Amino acid sequence: MWDILTSIVPLAIAYTAPLLIIAMGGLFSERSGVVNIGLEGLMGVGAFAAAYTMLTAAPSMGPSSVYLGLLAAALAGGVFSLLHAFASVTMRSDQVVSGTAINILSAAITVFLARSLTGSANVQIAGLIKDNVPVLSKIPVIGPLLFGNAYSSTYIVLLIVVVSWYVLYYRPFGLRLRACGENPQAADSLGINVQRMRYIGVAISGIYAGLGGGIVIATYSWEFSPLVYSGLGFLALAALIFGKWNPWGVLGASLFFGLAKTVADMSKLFESLNNLPNIFFNTFPYIVTLIALVLFSKNAAGPKAAGEPYDPGKR
Amino acid sequence: MSKNKLLIPLLAVLLGFVSGAIVMLITGHNPIEAYSALLKGAGFYGNIKRLGDTLLNTTTLILTGLSIAFAFRTGLFNIGVPGQMLMGGFIAVLIGAKLSYPAAIHVPLAVIGATVGGACWAFVPGILKARFRIHEVVSGIMMNYIAMWSVYYFVPVLIPGNFNTESRPIIQTASLRTEWLSAIFKGSYVNSGLFIALFCVVLVWWILEKTTFGYELKSVGFNIHASKYAGMKVNRNMILSLMIAGALAGLAGATFYIGYADNIKIGMLPSHGFDGIAVALLGLNNPFGVLLAALLFGFMNAGRLFMQSATNVPNELVPIIIAIIIFFAATSLMLQTWLQRVEKLVKRNGDK
Repeated sequence: MWDILTSIVPLAIAYTAPLLIIAMGGLFSERSGVVNIGLEGLMGVGAFAAAYTMLTAAPSMGPSSVYLGLLAAALAGGVFSLLHAFASVTMRSDQVVSGTAINILSAAITVFLARSLTGSANVQIAGLIKDNVPVLSKIPVIGPLLFGNAYSSTYIVLLIVVVSWYVLYYRPFGLRLRACGENPQAADSLGINVQRMRYIGVAISGIYAGLGGGIVIATYSWEFSPLVYSGLGFLALAALIFGKWNPWGVLGASLFFGLAKTVADMSKLFESLNNLPNIFFNTFPYIVTLIALVLFSKNAAGPKAAGEPYDPGKR
Repeated sequence: MSKNKLLIPLLAVLLGFVSGAIVMLITGHNPIEAYSALLKGAGFYGNIKRLGDTLLNTTTLILTGLSIAFAFRTGLFNIGVPGQMLMGGFIAVLIGAKLSYPAAIHVPLAVIGATVGGACWAFVPGILKARFRIHEVVSGIMMNYIAMWSVYYFVPVLIPGNFNTESRPIIQTASLRTEWLSAIFKGSYVNSGLFIALFCVVLVWWILEKTTFGYELKSVGFNIHASKYAGMKVNRNMILSLMIAGALAGLAGATFYIGYADNIKIGMLPSHGFDGIAVALLGLNNPFGVLLAALLFGFMNAGRLFMQSATNVPNELVPIIIAIIIFFAATSLMLQTWLQRVEKLVKRNGDK
C-alpha cells in the first residue's frame, strides 16, 4: 500500500499542477464577469508555444530553455485570450459562442503551425526532470509524498495560487475585479472601468491557461501533439465550479480530480487496484460537479453577472 | 434590416476565407492553389465520388446544426451535442454489432436506438435546467465528457475490436449505406442518412412554424417570464426542447457511426458536434439556412484531405476558417456597424 501511495501521490501532484493553474485562470475570468469555456484552447496555444520555443531554444540554451518555453506559453495564452475579450467585452457577443470559436481555432491553428514549421503535427522536446526537493523530502511520511519526485514547476504554480488569492481578496484590484463580476452597474457607478477590468480578467485567464499548457509539455507529456486537446481545459472548468469559484476550493477540487485521474490511468499497473473499472474514476470529476451544482443551486454560488455582457445603458 | 440579416453570414464566410488566405500567405503557401484543390477535392470539377463525400459530410452537419438551432430557438444553448451524438452513435453501433436481424428491421432499430440514446443524454441537462436552474452549457459540457469516458469503458468491454482503440465493425444489415446510392456516387459512403437529414429539416421547420408546440417553444425563447404568465408550461417545454435537440444529435451519430464509419473509436468527441454551432449560427437558426450552411462546411470537410496531399497545406486550414467564421458571426455587432458605415458612404457619394 505504501509503495502504491508513494508512486501515485507524486504523479497526482504533477497532474494537478497544470489543472490547478488553468482553473485559477478561469477563476479570474469568471470573477470579472466573463464566462470562459475557451480555457481548453488557451491551454493548447500555450502548449504549442512552449514546445516550439523549447525546440528552437534548446540547442543554444540547454535545459534552461524550458523556463523560456513556459514564459512563451504564458505570453501566447495571454495574447490569444484577447480575441475572446474583444468578442465578449467590446462586441458583447455570446461568451459561449466566442469561447467555442477559441477552442476550434486554437486546436486547428496550433496543429497547422506545427505542420508548417516543423513538418509534423508532433513536436517532441526535452522538458523538466523530476527531482527530490532538498531537506523537505527527508521529512518522514509527508516528505516522500509531497516533496519527492517533484517538478519545479509545481512550486511555481503553488506560489501563483497564493499570490492570486492575496490579490483577489486583500488588494483593491481584487475587490474591483470581483465587483465587476457581481454587479457591474454598481462598480461602474463607483468609477471602476468595467470593460478594462474584464479585459484584465480574461487576459490573466489566458496567461494562466497558457502557462498550464506549457507545464503539461514541460512535465508529464514532453511532446506537443493533437492529443494535447483531450479535455484538460474542461476538467479545469469542472474544478472551478466544484471549488465554488474560490481559490482554496479550486485547489482542493483540482487535487481531488487530479488524484481520480491518476488512479484511473494507473489502476492497470497495480494489482490491488486492477479490478476497479476505469469508468468510475474517469467520469468521477464530471459527475461530482453535476451533483455539486444541484447542491449549490439553492444559493447560487457563481459570480452573479458572469455571462452577461456589460451594457452601460442598461441599469 | 432583413437585407442585413442575410448579408452578415455572407460577410462572415467571405472574411473567413480571406483570413484563411492570409494565414496561408504568412506560412508560405499559395491560397489560390489551395482553394482550388479544396474545390476539386470536394467534387466541384465533376468527380462524382468526391461530390458524394461532400453530401456525406453534409448529412451529419445538417443534423448537428439542426440540433443546436432548434435548442437556440427555445433560448437554450445545446453545447452537449458532441456527447449526445457520441452516445447515439454508440447505441447504434451496439445494436448493429450485437444483434442480428434482416436489414428491414435492423436499420430502423439501430436508428431508433441512436435517437433515444441522444434524447436521454440531453434529458439530464434539461431536467437540471428545469428543476435546479443549472445552466445547460455547464451541464452539457460535463455530459460530453461523461459520454466520452463511458464509451471509452464500454466499447472494449461489450464490443471489442481488432485494435483496443475501436469497436468491432457492425453487421452489414445494420448499415445505413445502400447499394444504389453507392452505385450512383461511384463508391462514396454517402448513405440513406442523407434522406433522414433532409426529412428532419422539413420536420423541424414544420414543428417550429406550423404547430402550437413550436410556437410555445419559440415564445419561451423570446421571453420566458411572459410565456409563464401566459400559462405555458415553461419547464416542460425546456426539457422537451433539449430532448428533441438531443434526438437530432443522436441521429447525427447514427449517420456518422453506422453510415460513414462502421465502428466507433474511443477517447475522442466527434468534431461535428462543435462544427454544428457554426452551422446553426451561419444558418441563422433557420432549418433551411442550416441546410445551406451544412453544404458549405460539408464541402470544406470533404475536400480538406485532398487539399493537404495535393498542395501541402495542412488540412487544419478548414477548421481555422470555420472558427474564424464563427468568430465573425458572433461579433455581428461589429459587422453591422461596418455595413452601416459603408451604406452611409455609398449614400453620401450618391448625393454628390
